[in-house]
Amino acid sequence: MAAPPPDPQFVLRGTSAAVHALHFSCGGQEPDVPVLFSGSENGLINVWNLKTHRVDKALDGHGRKSVCWVETMDGKDRLLSQGRDQKICLWDLAEGRASVTDSVFTENVGFCRCSLLKVAQGRWLMAMAAKALDEVQVLELPSKTSVCTLKPEAGAKLGMPMCLKLWQINCGSQPLLLAGYEDGSVVLWNLSVGKVLSQLFCHQEPVMSLDFDSEKAKGISGSSERVLSIWSLNEQQNLQVHTTHRLVNAGISDITIRPDKKILATAGWDHRIRVFGWKKMKPLAVLDYHTATVHCVSFSDHKNPSERLLAAGSKDHRISIWSIYTQT
Amino acid sequence: MATAVESALREALAGPAPGAAALGALRDALAAAAGGGEAALGPRGRERLGALLRRLAASAAAGPEEPAGPWRSCFGEAPPGLALSALLAALGEPRGAAPRAGAGLRALLEELERLVRGRLPAVLGELCRQRGSAELGAGLLGAVVALPERLSNALQGGHPPAVFLPQNYFPLLAAAILEALHEVAAALRGGSDCSISSLSHVLGKVCVRGRQKEILSVLVPRLAELTRSDCIWQRICWRLVECVPDRCMEAVVLGFVERAPGADVLSRLLGNLVVKNKHAQFVVTQKFLLLQYGYTTAVLQNLLGYLSLDSLRRALLIKVLQELLETWSSSSAVKHSPPEQQEYISKAILICLSHLKDSEIESCRQELLTSMMEGVKCHLDSSLPQIRRLGMIVAESISSKINTDGPVLKFQYEEDDEARELKSLLVQAPSFCVPSVPDDSRKEKADAALPSASESNGKSHTAAAHVVSDEESDTELDSDDDLTPYDMSEDKELKTKAPVYIRDCIEVLTGSEDVDKWEATVKALESLVRKNPAATREVSVELAKILLHLEEKTCIEGFAELRQRAQVAVLTVDPIPVAQYLTSQFYSLNYSLRQRMDILDVLVLAARELSSPKVHGKTKHVEKPCVQLLPASDSSKDWRRIVDERIKSKTRRFAKGPSQVQVASGPNEFNSVAGHFFFPLLQNFDRPLSTFDLLGEDHFVLGRLVHTLAVLLYLAVNTMAVTAMGKALMEFVWALRFHTDSYVRQGLLSCISSMLLSVPAEHLLNNMTEELLETQSWLGDVVEKDPDGDCRRLALQNLLLMENLKKKLNKTVPS
Repeated sequence: MAAPPPDPQFVLRGTSAAVHALHFSCGGQEPDVPVLFSGSENGLINVWNLKTHRVDKALDGHGRKSVCWVETMDGKDRLLSQGRDQKICLWDLAEGRASVTDSVFTENVGFCRCSLLKVAQGRWLMAMAAKALDEVQVLELPSKTSVCTLKPEAGAKLGMPMCLKLWQINCGSQPLLLAGYEDGSVVLWNLSVGKVLSQLFCHQEPVMSLDFDSEKAKGISGSSERVLSIWSLNEQQNLQVHTTHRLVNAGISDITIRPDKKILATAGWDHRIRVFGWKKMKPLAVLDYHTATVHCVSFSDHKNPSERLLAAGSKDHRISIWSIYTQT
Repeated sequence: MATAVESALREALAGPAPGAAALGALRDALAAAAGGGEAALGPRGRERLGALLRRLAASAAAGPEEPAGPWRSCFGEAPPGLALSALLAALGEPRGAAPRAGAGLRALLEELERLVRGRLPAVLGELCRQRGSAELGAGLLGAVVALPERLSNALQGGHPPAVFLPQNYFPLLAAAILEALHEVAAALRGGSDCSISSLSHVLGKVCVRGRQKEILSVLVPRLAELTRSDCIWQRICWRLVECVPDRCMEAVVLGFVERAPGADVLSRLLGNLVVKNKHAQFVVTQKFLLLQYGYTTAVLQNLLGYLSLDSLRRALLIKVLQELLETWSSSSAVKHSPPEQQEYISKAILICLSHLKDSEIESCRQELLTSMMEGVKCHLDSSLPQIRRLGMIVAESISSKINTDGPVLKFQYEEDDEARELKSLLVQAPSFCVPSVPDDSRKEKADAALPSASESNGKSHTAAAHVVSDEESDTELDSDDDLTPYDMSEDKELKTKAPVYIRDCIEVLTGSEDVDKWEATVKALESLVRKNPAATREVSVELAKILLHLEEKTCIEGFAELRQRAQVAVLTVDPIPVAQYLTSQFYSLNYSLRQRMDILDVLVLAARELSSPKVHGKTKHVEKPCVQLLPASDSSKDWRRIVDERIKSKTRRFAKGPSQVQVASGPNEFNSVAGHFFFPLLQNFDRPLSTFDLLGEDHFVLGRLVHTLAVLLYLAVNTMAVTAMGKALMEFVWALRFHTDSYVRQGLLSCISSMLLSVPAEHLLNNMTEELLETQSWLGDVVEKDPDGDCRRLALQNLLLMENLKKKLNKTVPS
């Protein structure tokens, strides 16, 4: 008899709105406390102290419009946040400050989350959905210069981009972008020429979320359907379906592979978090705590693997923190 | 020589008593007869001899001291027919003058037994030869056939020897017939002519007296054996049946049909009897199939198989099928004949169909189609489910037979054993006389096949095991093993949360587009209503209305039941307004029959719930809550029990308290509302609406209504309104008592039962005496004449109830 699934290690309450985005920042040295950023529907970004389990700070910069993405740039002092007010803000949080130092007006009305990739020291690339409905724009940060605009060929009918993932095979190599579209396809873009390298139809419904493991050249995507699709990228830069995994309940809003590439977690519309082994997609656990749709899952970046955490934010206003498969 | 014998006999008869001289003369006569053959004894001589034997027998019976000597040998030598008649006559004489002495009687019986055991074939032979003298033959025939009865009459309660019991005597007679037939066969082979009509008469008479079982169970297997390969025997057998007198034909044919082990055997035994003999034809094609219905399926199969086995008879088969279909598709037959008969006819139709060849079907396809359409219409119209199903099965079968390539009819009905049995008739049954050898070999083959199957299974197992091990090795290499999965058994499909308030339910059920929510609401509604009676009362009628009109939006398992339970819950929580609403809707426009019947069902279920006593205060059964510090061990319980028993046995009780088991009691909630459930339903039954005509074609709903009323009245026992209800129901029943639908009549009879059971006896007799008397005579009529078995049974029960009522009354008021 398998052990019953664990309970959450602790639960963060008090956002007073549905939680849409989570990001850990725990990699700092000893005096630094590990923190968790959460973006919620009421436009606030909460900075949770993971020692005290309390909100250290609440950042209000999106005009009460839902925050759908938060990400740090080099430690917890610089934070990027994306809101439904069509703005991406850069926060300066060092030394107790809490001010927006820069912002980008995306003019995009969708809710596609951005993707950030550090390409060199002090240089980042950020992919975001652009003003035109089917376009993706890649900016260089912090200069905010446009690197390229990825526009599907006329007649491709991909629909809006739904989720993005910037990645590179190793440091210094050519960055690539994986984008999931409204028509259910995942597209691999070459940023330098702005051309489609490969396109894979892996869902009948819009792709809600995807994540990619560049070491194994394997990725996973989820949609509003009952299946998770696992696909791989071969040497010829072609995407092909590897396997599919059938779920008990339909609807996946977020997928994250743990940085060590051992496990992955999905956020389900059925209120449940599912954990799989990444190698074989072996189902490992179904974490049933939330009472409404889970919107996002995130793994922490603790230096010590045994401290690593999993966080899930839900429509029920709560953030559950789990300590699961930390010994591997 | 004949004259010499005659004169001797005359002298002997002239004597006062059959003395030694007479015996001597008799001896001479017999010797002469034996010498010169039967013919030597002229008819008159024969008569005289008979008379003498009778006297001899009579004196033997009278005289106990008579030595069992010479007269006995006379009987042994006399022509067996005469001897038999004489002995029977002596036994049958009234006891009058001389009291019959034991020894004489015993002697007579012994003589008769000897005759029956040894000389029955000779008696039959004599019968055959006596064709000329009809009356003599008839007398002897009667004697042979009725021997057991006559003897037991003669003995008047005394026990006849075992050989004269019908179960022993008739097999003997059958053996004798067979022996006689053997003689006939031998004679035919010898080239001489022979008549066996007397044997046919014997057979016919025995059968018509209801002894088919005894005689034919010996005769049929033997004849089947003999006719297998011998055409002379076949002809003899055909002749034997053909010569049976018309009035006995039915009994004989039925006996053969019931006992023949298969249609081919029957065909061998009967030949083309049905073609040659009008009466047999009538019996086989009309009486057995259309007028009677008590025979088993095997009989039907024999009968119709027999018809199909010869080209001359096949014409009859088609005619039979047409007649059967005519009956099957006649709406009046469907309405008025008992279900058992309809099943019988359906079976016959299916068997007929199984025998028809394609070309024959082709020739009567149009007729088949017409009667199928007619029949299926009136069967589906019936209110008895079994009739409807019969109609469906037969129609499906006909349609599959006539449309070999096109689309066939397909109905939805429960596929149970009965349906399967009926359908199996459509495939021709294998002949019964298949020797058992192939069976065995088949079994052996099956046995032989088994191990090989298991071998292949084993192989596939090992193959599967290989695959598994492959996979395992794969996983071993690629380790996800260090990650042990947690229990995921709770990972079920998500259920949408149901609303928590009654008003939310109304909102969801009326306007919501969210299918999941709607489903959850339908499922949760009943418990919600029962938990919140006060909240329900505020909106009860509205809720009842919504539920009545609720259609199945998605495919929910048991939707109808869920809806019904919710309706019942609403009705029980707020009986009066909801009952008023429902009963008013029953007679209003624009409802489907389903909705109307839903109303009736809901009323009944709610009435039952209200009238059944409930346990008030749930604490009664709950044990006193306490923290159990120590686990109760069995030994301590035992100890407690032993002590209790000991105390009980030592204690003397002078008064017993109330019995231990307390029957749950409480106020009858149905009392105050029974009338609201009942009377509105009675109001408008005779007022047809444009969409709803209870007395016309919607008689199925009428049947349900009547049954509902019966149940409501039954549940209203001990309520105040019951007398008024009973009286109203009585009038209602009286108006409908000659309804053509048996389901309605059954309901009416149930109404009478409930009335007799529910209404207090004194009220019944004081207020409804005349009605009761009228009803009693009607019930008597029903018991005798109703075609439906259930109706007859119910009516009989009602009469018994009335009897009981009368008895009870007589007991209370001694007149």
